[in-house]
Amino acid sequence: MAEPAIALDGLERRYGERVALHGVTVRLEPGATLAVLGANGAGKTTLLRVLATLLRPHAGRAAVFGSLLPGDGWKVRGRVGYLGHDPLLYRALSGRENLAYHARLHGLEPARVEQRLSAVGLARRADDPVRDLSKGMVQRLAVARATLHDPDLLLLDEPRANLDPAAAEALEPLIGRASGRARVLVSHDVDGALAEADLALGLRAGRQAFCAPAGEIDAKTARELYA
Amino acid sequence: MIRTAAAVLRKDLLIEWRTKEAVPAMALFTVTVYVLFHFGLDRDSLDGELASGVLWVTLLLAAVIGVTRLFAAEREQGGLDAFLLAPVDRTAMFVAKAAALFVYLVALEIVAVPAFAVLLLGPDLFDGLPELVLILLLADVGLAAVGALVSALAAESRARELIVPLLLLPLVVPLLIGAASATEPLFRAGGEPEDLGRYLALLGGYDLVFLLIALAVFDFLLDD
Repeated sequence: MAEPAIALDGLERRYGERVALHGVTVRLEPGATLAVLGANGAGKTTLLRVLATLLRPHAGRAAVFGSLLPGDGWKVRGRVGYLGHDPLLYRALSGRENLAYHARLHGLEPARVEQRLSAVGLARRADDPVRDLSKGMVQRLAVARATLHDPDLLLLDEPRANLDPAAAEALEPLIGRASGRARVLVSHDVDGALAEADLALGLRAGRQAFCAPAGEIDAKTARELYA
Repeated sequence: MIRTAAAVLRKDLLIEWRTKEAVPAMALFTVTVYVLFHFGLDRDSLDGELASGVLWVTLLLAAVIGVTRLFAAEREQGGLDAFLLAPVDRTAMFVAKAAALFVYLVALEIVAVPAFAVLLLGPDLFDGLPELVLILLLADVGLAAVGALVSALAAESRARELIVPLLLLPLVVPLLIGAASATEPLFRAGGEPEDLGRYLALLGGYDLVFLLIALAVFDFLLDD
């Protein structure tokens, strides 16, 4: 039987004295989608950063594809695609140069860069510095960066921010359900997130308000997280 | 690891070439300080200990600018997160940053040393040039190793502009002593290098110690 994409049991993470996550327990199967809902400061981004191995868990158990964090974090890197608030792109470099750099870090063939640039519709603007691109284009480039190495798990924080409807649709094969990848999706679009998720996790001030199949969570209950 | 370090170094040099944020500032600072010394000391030329001290203290202070900027793009544009997400040896980041700082220092000295010779130095620079180049290169290696380490330490701090000089300058005192002492005879009219081998060994030992320390601890500095 395949290892779960994510297995969290009583996960806790603090920033100094402040508890950012407490008692988060989730099991997500490969290829499934987890919607993470909660108001600003609820711990959604912290959860993504722990799963991306960028932050250490302070208590509880966290495993990604069977690798325990933080000890086996090195096995997870390269299998995770992280799309956060920051695009993680160098503004002085072009889109092509940025992706080529990431391709080198991940040991990928240069041809992958051209393929991804075409997939996100930026082939014609590939040599423009990132600082000259619109926010929507930067987001498209960030999607190309996050999926360049074909990760098994996508950690997506508001992935459709700044995207027009056509761009959002064009990126579906990379970051949507059609990608076939396990996904953790942070979004303030409650209805949209519940519609495309298999599992929903509600966070309130870092504590787990609910974790249940998305179909069992009604939008009204989810919206109470933002009250 | 070498391939990863080469990728990071190439990226860093390309960004510096485009943005010109570090090396021009370092060079401008150095030349400005030499001009200030030229007028402030009210002397047409310096030699010996004073010349050596002015050269090295100014270069070290200019290096602080480069060290402060070394992780700027990683910090401000999320480059460090992107690097940490990749399945790579994290020590490659140290190797790349130290190599980038070494390149910045060499570029700085290509401008700064002739400017020093024109503005302040009494004796002919060319008399001891090969020895001076050797001293500069050895000092640059040590400065690059310590600088990359300190820059990584300060990267996540909001007070990095304060932390970098506070940490860096005391750590490079042995390097300053070795480099200034080795250079002093070269800046005396008709002077011959004295104890050059001893001071070069001191600089080489300093380089080795800090390279080994940095390679041993750098991985932990990048950890959460």
